[in-house]
Amino acid sequence: MKHLIDIMELSVDEIDALIATAEDIVAAPEKYANVCRGKQLATLFFEPSTRTRLSFESAMLALGGGVLGFSEAGSSSAAKGESVADTARIVGCYADIIAMRHPKEGAPRVAARAAGVPVINAGDGGHFHPTQTLADLLTIRREKGRFENLTVGCCGDLKFGRTVHSLVSAMSRYAGVRFVFISPEELRVPDYVRSEVLDAKGVAYSEVLDLEKALPGLDVLYMTRVQKERFFNEADYVRLKDTYILTPEKLRGAGPELCVMHPLPRVNEIDVRVDEDPRACYFKQVKNGKYMRMALIMMLLGVGP
Amino acid sequence: MIIGQLKDGYVLDHITAGRGMEIYDLLGLGELDCSVAMIKNAESPKMGLKDIIKIGRLIDLDFSVLGYVDPGITVDIIRDGKRVEKKRLTLPERLYGVIRCRNPRCISSTEQGLAHEFRLTDRENQIYRCVYCDSLARRR
Repeated sequence: MKHLIDIMELSVDEIDALIATAEDIVAAPEKYANVCRGKQLATLFFEPSTRTRLSFESAMLALGGGVLGFSEAGSSSAAKGESVADTARIVGCYADIIAMRHPKEGAPRVAARAAGVPVINAGDGGHFHPTQTLADLLTIRREKGRFENLTVGCCGDLKFGRTVHSLVSAMSRYAGVRFVFISPEELRVPDYVRSEVLDAKGVAYSEVLDLEKALPGLDVLYMTRVQKERFFNEADYVRLKDTYILTPEKLRGAGPELCVMHPLPRVNEIDVRVDEDPRACYFKQVKNGKYMRMALIMMLLGVGP
Repeated sequence: MIIGQLKDGYVLDHITAGRGMEIYDLLGLGELDCSVAMIKNAESPKMGLKDIIKIGRLIDLDFSVLGYVDPGITVDIIRDGKRVEKKRLTLPERLYGVIRCRNPRCISSTEQGLAHEFRLTDRENQIYRCVYCDSLARRR
């Protein structure tokens, strides 16, 4: 039985297949309106996440299936001390597939071993969020038409940002991809991403401090939030926080085909005036997330039109 | 000091001096009802001092974990008083219940009955990561 816990569990071919399905859903959604009729998706959200949960539920409803679940640990049996494995085993008796978000890293893997039905990791603490990466990949493919030979800029908190690590891992499998990491010294990409992903695969990358200088060479800009709580020194945060606010003025130096992405929610790192720029793709990412979740649910359930 | 020769069993040789008891506990040798000898600080031309464990029966023991704990150990298999095989250990692909994940955010810190489990991600650099949270294992 297949699950999705870590984006790297999907082969390049499987990601291509998911993208092809998602593209077909965009082209002819009515074809897919009943493919999950009679199937149930359980959304087990042990911590709140309105957008991701709604995306999963919207995806399943668009496939003609049903949804059940809970949106916080307090309304689940976890509040009574039940283990993740037991919860998963029991829900697996009711549902055909599970999407789980949990504050503990690795909880969806424990659930996958116990549930008896496919389990999708909908975010496990600061660890993985593979369906966000699927949304990112579809956005890049739809906007740029390819994955190969792209220069991808990642900006902001590159140390703790799980979406960046997953995207770097997934994109590193395509030929000619280059990364430009734009971050303060304190929030550089972790050593293990450099040694076990980039260096291991011989991927070209550079690390810079200045967003504006980096912009002209980028095909994709993946923005993330610089989080105040990560800084030891308030003065450093104050000095750096505005460096990575993307504004229409800064975007003047970027190419006309740049694709600006953000996993959302944003705080102030992308000026709202950028929303009207045709290069802003972060709201398209949200839609793409739903299409990829639809494609993933079908793949894991083994159903199709 | 003389310990009698084994008829059938195992000799765990070249254990780093001082780690014999750790290996003894790890393999659960205290649970066995056959003869088991633990020799501490035996003289060794190569190692200076070493520990040795002799187990007086050929039973099913998983020695793979020793490749992680003390990779220099050799395991001799003795049948009818003769050494029939000398095993050199390699790093195991998985470690179950050998080391604990120190990440307080890992599910293994709270889930009842869940064994701590690590997988080998880089053989050359002997790197293990938690299968649940991917945290780096700290060497024993």
